[in-house]
Amino acid sequence: MKHARVVYQGVVHAATEKDGWRLLLDDGQLVSPDAVTWLPPLKPLEKPRTILALGLNYADHAKELAFKAPPKEPLVFLKGERALNGHRQFTQRPADATFMHYECELAVVIGRAAKKVKRDDAYDFIAGYTAANDYAIRDYLENWYRPNLRVKNRDGATPLGPWLVDARDIPNPMNLALKTTVNGQVTQSGHTKDMIFDVPFLVEYFSSFMTLNPGDLILTGTPDGVVDCQAGDVVVTEIEGIGALMNTIS
Amino acid sequence: MIPEMARGTVYGTLMNFKGELDALGAKMNAAPYNAPPKAPVLYVKPANTWSENNATIAVPGEVEIGATVAMVMKSAREIAGYVLMNDLSLPQDSFYRPPVKFNCLDGFLAIGERMRSRNEAGDPAVFKLEVRINGSLCQTVRFSQLVRSADQLLADVSEFMTLGPGDMLMLGVDVGRPRAKAGDRIDISMPALGTLTNTLVAEAA
Repeated sequence: MKHARVVYQGVVHAATEKDGWRLLLDDGQLVSPDAVTWLPPLKPLEKPRTILALGLNYADHAKELAFKAPPKEPLVFLKGERALNGHRQFTQRPADATFMHYECELAVVIGRAAKKVKRDDAYDFIAGYTAANDYAIRDYLENWYRPNLRVKNRDGATPLGPWLVDARDIPNPMNLALKTTVNGQVTQSGHTKDMIFDVPFLVEYFSSFMTLNPGDLILTGTPDGVVDCQAGDVVVTEIEGIGALMNTIS
Repeated sequence: MIPEMARGTVYGTLMNFKGELDALGAKMNAAPYNAPPKAPVLYVKPANTWSENNATIAVPGEVEIGATVAMVMKSAREIAGYVLMNDLSLPQDSFYRPPVKFNCLDGFLAIGERMRSRNEAGDPAVFKLEVRINGSLCQTVRFSQLVRSADQLLADVSEFMTLGPGDMLMLGVDVGRPRAKAGDRIDISMPALGTLTNTLVAEAA
């Protein structure tokens, strides 16, 4: 099933996809996707959710960014929840930026507490998947805790959605095509099978030193093909079977 | 108990004590850093790291104590109060990549239970923390040595991200972080903010 969280007539609703195009709200109303404001498709938590994001997790992207050898260990950074944004929302390009690029990423949503989980059991701990666009403003890249938060943790600069797709509906998340279009032109295309560290590895790796809790997110990195985007550009990051996440740069 | 207000994302700040910059000296201009930091260098301590006052904290080996104070936000620009923090980390000497594997272990951020407003706690520029291991004084942290004052740090961070109600921004950890091991009791204290006490235990094999 595909789950969303939306605002309809000023009220926040959990919703599911109905008939392939409509939204069934939690109070039984059927509404058009155009009639709602989309939120990240995640239930609110009592404590802040942990948002882990991978850098250089596709061999071709690592090469693109002039890395001589692929990383031996995941390169990971954390984000705060205020970086998240919904489908069909806007992300700001700073006035002085010269290089702002999208990153189409498969996002894993944790379903139950995971500590010291082995890779063979990893899928048991996953609730589902969604699409992310992990924008970066490369102008602000410094070599201190790189990629530093000024590049990666800006308000609303990590759109997520539209759907949280149940894990049981995605039998193999390591076999999904990804693509990004900017104003309708394909600028990035890749495949989750090309990840350096796959989803089961990441669950095993992170849970080896920290507990992953329900609702936590792992953004699994982006393939080759990131380009600078301008204000007004419509960026759609799409993952096969998961959904097409639309964002406009403002 | 962690203060009711303190429920948001916790951000730590690297290189906000002059001693941290002095300790690196010319290395800041060498690879992999190539230049001193310009914007505040931040990191996140996720919720799995939170420990309460008097909690025991399981450690896999020797840890570094990170005695500091956090601003707890009331709104984007208003500070609800200040609270003691013990930002624990496994020892490591590189600042190039976020040290997730070193400082995001379960329980690795102890949060004090007493939150005090600026009126009650005074000017953060004169905050002074004492760190004791098993009762012996091993570090005194003087916030007169900050690179960016609390207000300046908040202003510079807010330039690129907005803090929300309950979010916490730690002012930084000075060099000379004392090391502690399983069995040690750590007390971090400052008269206005009380004492934050935690005992380390060996992580179960």
